[in-house]
Amino acid sequence: MKHRPVLQVQGVTKRFGGLVAVNDMSFDVANHEMVGVIGPNGSGKTTMMNMISGAFKPTAGRISLKGRRLSDMPAQKIAREGVGRTFQLVRLLPGLNVLENVMAGAVFGHRRRWGREAEDFALEMLDRVGLEVVAAAPVSALTYIDQKRVELARVLAGEPEVLLLDEWLAGLNPTELETGIELIHALRDEGRTVVLVEHVMDAIRALCDRCVVMSAGRKIAEGSPDDVLSDREVIRAYLGDDDD
Amino acid sequence: MKPSGWLELLIAAALVVLAAFVPMFANGYWLSIAVTGMMYIALSTSWALFSGPTHYISLATGAFFGVGGYMVGTMMSDYQLSFWVPLIVAPLVAAALALLIGIATLRLSGVYFVIFTLGLAEMIRNLISWIQNNFLGSRGLYVLTDFRDHHLYWMLLGVAGVIYLLGWIVNRSRIGFALRIIGNDETVARHVGINTATAKVIMFTTTGFFAALVGAIIAPRWSYIEPNQVFSPQLSFLVVIMALLGGAGRLWGPLVGVIPFTIIWEWVGVQFPNQSTLFLGLAFLLIVYVLPNGVVGRIEQLRDRIGEGRS
Repeated sequence: MKHRPVLQVQGVTKRFGGLVAVNDMSFDVANHEMVGVIGPNGSGKTTMMNMISGAFKPTAGRISLKGRRLSDMPAQKIAREGVGRTFQLVRLLPGLNVLENVMAGAVFGHRRRWGREAEDFALEMLDRVGLEVVAAAPVSALTYIDQKRVELARVLAGEPEVLLLDEWLAGLNPTELETGIELIHALRDEGRTVVLVEHVMDAIRALCDRCVVMSAGRKIAEGSPDDVLSDREVIRAYLGDDDD
Repeated sequence: MKPSGWLELLIAAALVVLAAFVPMFANGYWLSIAVTGMMYIALSTSWALFSGPTHYISLATGAFFGVGGYMVGTMMSDYQLSFWVPLIVAPLVAAALALLIGIATLRLSGVYFVIFTLGLAEMIRNLISWIQNNFLGSRGLYVLTDFRDHHLYWMLLGVAGVIYLLGWIVNRSRIGFALRIIGNDETVARHVGINTATAKVIMFTTTGFFAALVGAIIAPRWSYIEPNQVFSPQLSFLVVIMALLGGAGRLWGPLVGVIPFTIIWEWVGVQFPNQSTLFLGLAFLLIVYVLPNGVVGRIEQLRDRIGEGRS
């Protein structure tokens, strides 16, 4: 089953006025696959994520989940179809406690629960991401990595078919980073389908089955992490041209 | 279901029963204040159903309230219909109006939403005044019924009770949870799968419905109705101030604000009839600076602090 694509991105372009942020991107994500989207800053990775999750509409092209076209749907519909995401800068609901934050995913996500069932599932997800604080605590009391855990738990609580992690590991200190990589590795072992945007190269090597490399809005390489990271064009995109 | 939820409902029911006896003890001046108070309790609680969780401050209450009062006036005075016809029709018309406004303001947030609702309420007021003066004759509208203050009071109490019960149910439902998430972060709300447009429009329409119902019930009190009087923008501000004074974060919050404010407002109206607007501005400033989460929010804050001190 590994090779049947779950998520398909075909010829997707996004223009903001005269600026082409994403230019004719195409890639597939197979079931149970973990795909990394990498590239230098400003290469259009987050814009690509925003188009998959429905925050932006593509100017051209098609994004589909199991053959169903997502690119015309509003974000809430895409979430219900089964795409869950975290945000580059963690976004929690500050007026709600930890448990309620996670319940938001359980109540309105891809698989919808209510009442006791939603609460129990949310607690299960908090446990799943290794959060040991009280569920009734306000989110303002959490450390940065714990806030990221709550956000991840909220996404998992919706039981998405595809998980989009937008720089989930960014901003963590070295110890937290190790914990974070372990956590995402565990998601991989569960057989989840994940697209992750990441800058941490160690994480990409450790986690991704495959990588799509973007530069200036275009796909410049695709393949296993080791292959793409030694690709001449990829190195040039990250480090610039040789002078000689 | 948490037991506190049922307790809250039980206390509310007991208060409604107790409040029903007020006309037995109060009459004349105090009963008239009680009618005004009950009117604001219904309006503020209903306003907070939408604006409390979502933080969308609506200044359109006066418009919906006016639709209620004006329709009672015109239908009874010009068409000789029974009071009960506009009582049913006006809330439905206001709900339809609220639905349109809700759809029109979906993309607005923060201060733009506030200004839009204020401007729209003014527009409706002027439009109706203009129609009334130019096409329907400038004669006033008479609302002559056999209702006395205690009848109006009981009707308003009934409506307030229904609004409270509805709010209690909403707070325990998916839509109530959705509105709280929208108030926290609308982008997150959409990305967890909430149809934010539908949730907001449904609740905004509900508040429009109840504001018109209250406006229709209170209309017989005035006997003589002019569009300028029933579409008062001041009412919109009063409703917001009272709800914020009590605290819009809890269902019973507005109640806590309305009772003292109504009494003070009456007193100010008698003592300083020409400076009441000034007082309104001062009250607004004080609430924003001193009690941003209302009396209820302040009490809960103190309780938490005491709780922390103990542990």
